[in-house]
Amino acid sequence: MARETKMDKQKMVVVEGSYAVANAVRVCKPNVISAYPITPQTHIVEELSKFMADGEIPNCEYINVESEFSALSALVGSSAVGARSYSATTSQGLELMHEVLFNVAGMRLPIVMTVANRAVSAPINIWNDHQDSISQRDTGWIQLYAENIQEVSDMTAQAFKISEDRDVMMPCMTCMDGFILSHVYEPLVLLEQEITDEFLPPFRPERILDSKNPLTFGAFADPNIYTEFRYQQERAMQNALKKIEDTANEFYDMYGRHFGGLIDEYRTEDADIIIMAMGSIIGTIKDVIDRLRERNVKVGLLKVRAFRPFPAEAIMNVIRDVKVVVVLDKNISLGMNAGALFIETKSVLYNTDIDVPVIGYMMGQGGRDVPMSTIEKIISDAEEVMRSGIKIESQFTDLKEELV
Amino acid sequence: MKSISLLAPGHRGCAGCCDAMAAKFTLMGAGEDCIVVSPTGCLEVMTTPYPETSWDVPWIHSLFENAGAVASGIEAALKALGKQGTKVIAMGGDGATMDIGLQALSGAFERGHNFTYVCIDNEAYMNTGVQRSAGTPYGASTTTSPAGKVSFGNPRLKKNMPAIMVAHGSPYVATTSLAYPKDMIAKVKKATEIEGPTYIHCHAPCTTGWGFDTSKTVEVARMAVQTGLWPLYEVEDGKVTKVRKIGANKKPVEEYLKMQRRFKHLFTMEGGADEIAKIQAMADKNIEEFGL
Repeated sequence: MARETKMDKQKMVVVEGSYAVANAVRVCKPNVISAYPITPQTHIVEELSKFMADGEIPNCEYINVESEFSALSALVGSSAVGARSYSATTSQGLELMHEVLFNVAGMRLPIVMTVANRAVSAPINIWNDHQDSISQRDTGWIQLYAENIQEVSDMTAQAFKISEDRDVMMPCMTCMDGFILSHVYEPLVLLEQEITDEFLPPFRPERILDSKNPLTFGAFADPNIYTEFRYQQERAMQNALKKIEDTANEFYDMYGRHFGGLIDEYRTEDADIIIMAMGSIIGTIKDVIDRLRERNVKVGLLKVRAFRPFPAEAIMNVIRDVKVVVVLDKNISLGMNAGALFIETKSVLYNTDIDVPVIGYMMGQGGRDVPMSTIEKIISDAEEVMRSGIKIESQFTDLKEELV
Repeated sequence: MKSISLLAPGHRGCAGCCDAMAAKFTLMGAGEDCIVVSPTGCLEVMTTPYPETSWDVPWIHSLFENAGAVASGIEAALKALGKQGTKVIAMGGDGATMDIGLQALSGAFERGHNFTYVCIDNEAYMNTGVQRSAGTPYGASTTTSPAGKVSFGNPRLKKNMPAIMVAHGSPYVATTSLAYPKDMIAKVKKATEIEGPTYIHCHAPCTTGWGFDTSKTVEVARMAVQTGLWPLYEVEDGKVTKVRKIGANKKPVEEYLKMQRRFKHLFTMEGGADEIAKIQAMADKNIEEFGL
């Protein structure tokens, strides 16, 4: 549930999103950072490299690896030794990591990685959408999506705390929209060192690679035991649902800032129409809602902050009694003609007593701007659905028909 | 040297398994204060069927192609956490080292991580059923380079992996053979004591993949050295500093080839003698180059 955040203007500075993230990583006191440069993640790793060059991250090694595959592989080793481990990537880099992503989750290594969301090739495109991280949804990584740079900065500390929890021990991607958040300058409160030292205790995993107590990591599991490993990963993901919520609340109590736990809500109290979305588009949607509310359109926002684990219950609680749900996706599952958030939302409603129409829009692919007018048009579509039912369940928006 | 092996018995290796011998000798050289990384392969599979393990040292397996990177991360973490003294060893097969894992290994050596990489080279993908790798020698029949009516087996020369690691500026590169365990143990010990990325390339005959009796692993390994096909040498800071001389013990390559099923076709096919002559020329070149 939304909690009021009052920003301390005295503490606010204007910095680039990438700097805010790099600073948050520094404040979380990582022991090993391993990364490979890729647009638009580069400013994050450059800022971290500057911190290293100035000796501002003590007890930390930065590994300039030769690929994203090795970036994450190196962290398998470092995390298993008991080092708090961090990386950042995007798009092609994240896809190259695919095999390692499963491995990290399966070995229960609580690595945190910022993903500066970007479209995937081909055609090659460096701008924002969510196809890269959405395509990694089954790898066992917690996925959190941020609305603005304050949120992604704060989310970094939350991610370490959630992942390193003994009931979770699963890796976490903190997702920020490439360029839109990574390269934007906004006022924010940088993650505070003193509070973070209290909020985030040092990483002390129960089991590590240590010659005084030799353990075997990454043994092979035959059909007699493999299922149980998978089951335990799923159980850890379910544990993360509560941990994500609790961590956001604890963060609020200590820092006074809250951008939602699993989800967040905006003007949902009496809403007939609920828009669901993730990432930086949330800000645009809020502005549209404010405008439409003046015209007595009863529309509200359900911001999905955690995509994995999927917050089915939290979502159902918000949309239970509304008249129509609109899901916006900056991704597409090819062959399904729908975006992932739309597909997941529809699937969790089946076999329940909730009977609400759900429509989906795929938008913002490859960095195409989503103007307020597009959101307004979609909401007027939703009003039409309220009147006469669904005509098109899932569709692309702002498609240039003349080009196809 | 520890009398009790740090690789416990009871693993699933074949009788006469080269991997088990190589791993045992490596640990005898490295000692117990080490962390071992193994990429996917026979060694990993046969020693760690959950919940059992043969490893009396901390051991980690991640993936097939990333042992160099995992070792990098371990070494960096030990440094960051102030844990001095623990040695980092990666041990992988020829496929994991010379083919799929080459990039990660190259990166780790270029960055200068302080660790030792041991390639256990049994000259094919044995875990998946004897498929050709970059370590497979000329003329060997494997399941993906089979000898046939128009084929003498693998048509390419073995990749010169030690030279590639020397080219990375490694302070210490050495070749070893399972027939000379004291030599191997001493070289591993030396490699782990030298600061920086060091490389050991161990020639490791595989009874199953090469086709010889399970009691002959050491004999086959020794014959490879005595023919000059597998020269034993050390390279320190780019210069060859030591070689094992063959001298009067020099054997013709036929004696090595005829011990193994994978070269059988060279003795039965028309034109096989010419192929054997080419392999003899390779041995002679080694003998000349290293002064064996």
